[in-house]
Amino acid sequence: MSASATAQPAPPPAPFGRRLAAVTARERLGSYLVLSCLDGEGPLPRAGQFYMLASGARWGGGDGERPFLPRAFSALRGAVAGGGVELQFLVEDVGPGTRRLCELGPGEDLALVGPLGTPFAPPRAGRRPLLVGGGVGIAPLAILQDELGPPAHALLGFRDRRHAAGAALLRDPRVSTDDGSVGHAGRVTDLLLAELEVAASELEVYACGPPRMLEAVRMLCAEHETPAQLALESGMACGFGACFGCVVPTREGYVRLCLEGPVLDSARLETALVAGAAD
Amino acid sequence: MSPVFCGIPLEHPIINASGTFDALAARRVFGERLLERFPFSAYVTKTVTLEPRAGNPPPRLWELGAGMINSIGLPNKGLARFLAEDLPRLAELPVPLIVNVMGFSREEVAQLVAAVAERDEVAALELNVSCPNVRTGLTMGADPGELAALLARVRPLTYRPLIVKLTPNAEDVVAVARAAHEGGADAVSLINSLRGMALDPASGEPWLGGITGGVSGPAVRAVALAQVHAVAARVAIPVVGMGGVARGRDALDLMRAGAELVAVGTESFRDPAAASRILAELERLDAGFGPSPAAGSPIGR
Repeated sequence: MSASATAQPAPPPAPFGRRLAAVTARERLGSYLVLSCLDGEGPLPRAGQFYMLASGARWGGGDGERPFLPRAFSALRGAVAGGGVELQFLVEDVGPGTRRLCELGPGEDLALVGPLGTPFAPPRAGRRPLLVGGGVGIAPLAILQDELGPPAHALLGFRDRRHAAGAALLRDPRVSTDDGSVGHAGRVTDLLLAELEVAASELEVYACGPPRMLEAVRMLCAEHETPAQLALESGMACGFGACFGCVVPTREGYVRLCLEGPVLDSARLETALVAGAAD
Repeated sequence: MSPVFCGIPLEHPIINASGTFDALAARRVFGERLLERFPFSAYVTKTVTLEPRAGNPPPRLWELGAGMINSIGLPNKGLARFLAEDLPRLAELPVPLIVNVMGFSREEVAQLVAAVAERDEVAALELNVSCPNVRTGLTMGADPGELAALLARVRPLTYRPLIVKLTPNAEDVVAVARAAHEGGADAVSLINSLRGMALDPASGEPWLGGITGGVSGPAVRAVALAQVHAVAARVAIPVVGMGGVARGRDALDLMRAGAELVAVGTESFRDPAAASRILAELERLDAGFGPSPAAGSPIGR
């Protein structure tokens, strides 16, 4: 396998500074909320890129008087619409920041910076993409599936039926649940292993999900000599390289995930277990 | 509002706090629009050390209700690569450049100051003295005697303005500021972040890879105001005030307390262009167009 993913042009720069984007819709999807907004400035996000999000008003004063910092969210989808870009984000209420975002509805504003970060790269020559997602980490795989088209098959893992409702965001996925309530009973990496055992040399894996899932994906792909691009998560204060807070260890030392990532080629990693990341 | 700071004419009084804005990374992310709308009137670099540093193990961040704790550990590529790779690109910024340096001994600081000061791209130097002298074990910026000895060594090395960045983790900040003045510093900047820590709620162990970190953001604003006020009243050299500045009102407070320039730090993490908004708010207040502040106590309102 080649050492690195296919080179591609750098994404266009993000507008400088935080801007408001009106919330246009909120849709419940099991445990998740799909939050849509109209960004008047653009540009369109590329698959794997993220935004720093906060509510336009009343950001703070929740549990522990938080949130204070914005929260990093991968673009779920982006489309040119109505004099700007319609953006969608997938939100799960897991803390004071995500809770506040879940309260937002039409008539309110998101404050955002982005699109930020290094997107997924196209598959290497001769390989077809296989998307592997876990939980809220399926978000960047939806926009990636839109970009890559029909050959991009998806395997999605969830905790239970309520979370598995998120699978509707992707086309024809195979689903697993930890509790067996939907699809395969077990881990999404069981489904990945079955695919690798028959077609490792034809695949390139694109994965996003909790750290332990990503680490399992990384190890399986390494064993099968299958390239993998992993979208990682790490606590971030700024999202544009200023704070140096989001570093993850790579074979060449710490890198700022907001600049070099969030998508990293698995060959660069000794582990996908990011210190301090949520399970 | 176009101050002349240590002989350097500036367009306005808002600069960045060291280590809170990586202009080279920001240019990569935001493109040339960053240069067209550069929010600071001078750019202060992240701390440069003699040798490269990887920084502290993650996790490096903890969120507070009104701020954050960081334990970054001064990662940087070291003096030689900074001079060769970064300085020429930083010189493309549309504002004067202030290079922040830190050494683990007087000799290291002297080497850094001499090498940085001879570069034409550099308008001034800021000395980060918030670290222990490995020879004496004393934090250089927490002890007036240590700081006096440091300045005696490095002041003769350059005519360029030297700014001493004071640590708030000192017993007597005014005494340290006096030592900076008497030692020939051209200005002092304060406050650096306050030492703090957080425990992992699950394990009860320290959360940050570096065990403790620096508290910054609105949580430290009142501490900054008190220290700037105390130092500016007793030391004749200019003061750069910083600590929790998030609005024009906060900048105005620090200037009323005696700061000539105000630095924005943590707020830039929330909005990379925050300093431009803060400047606009400050100008409205200064021109008397801002909302008139309510008189009296905020308690009970």
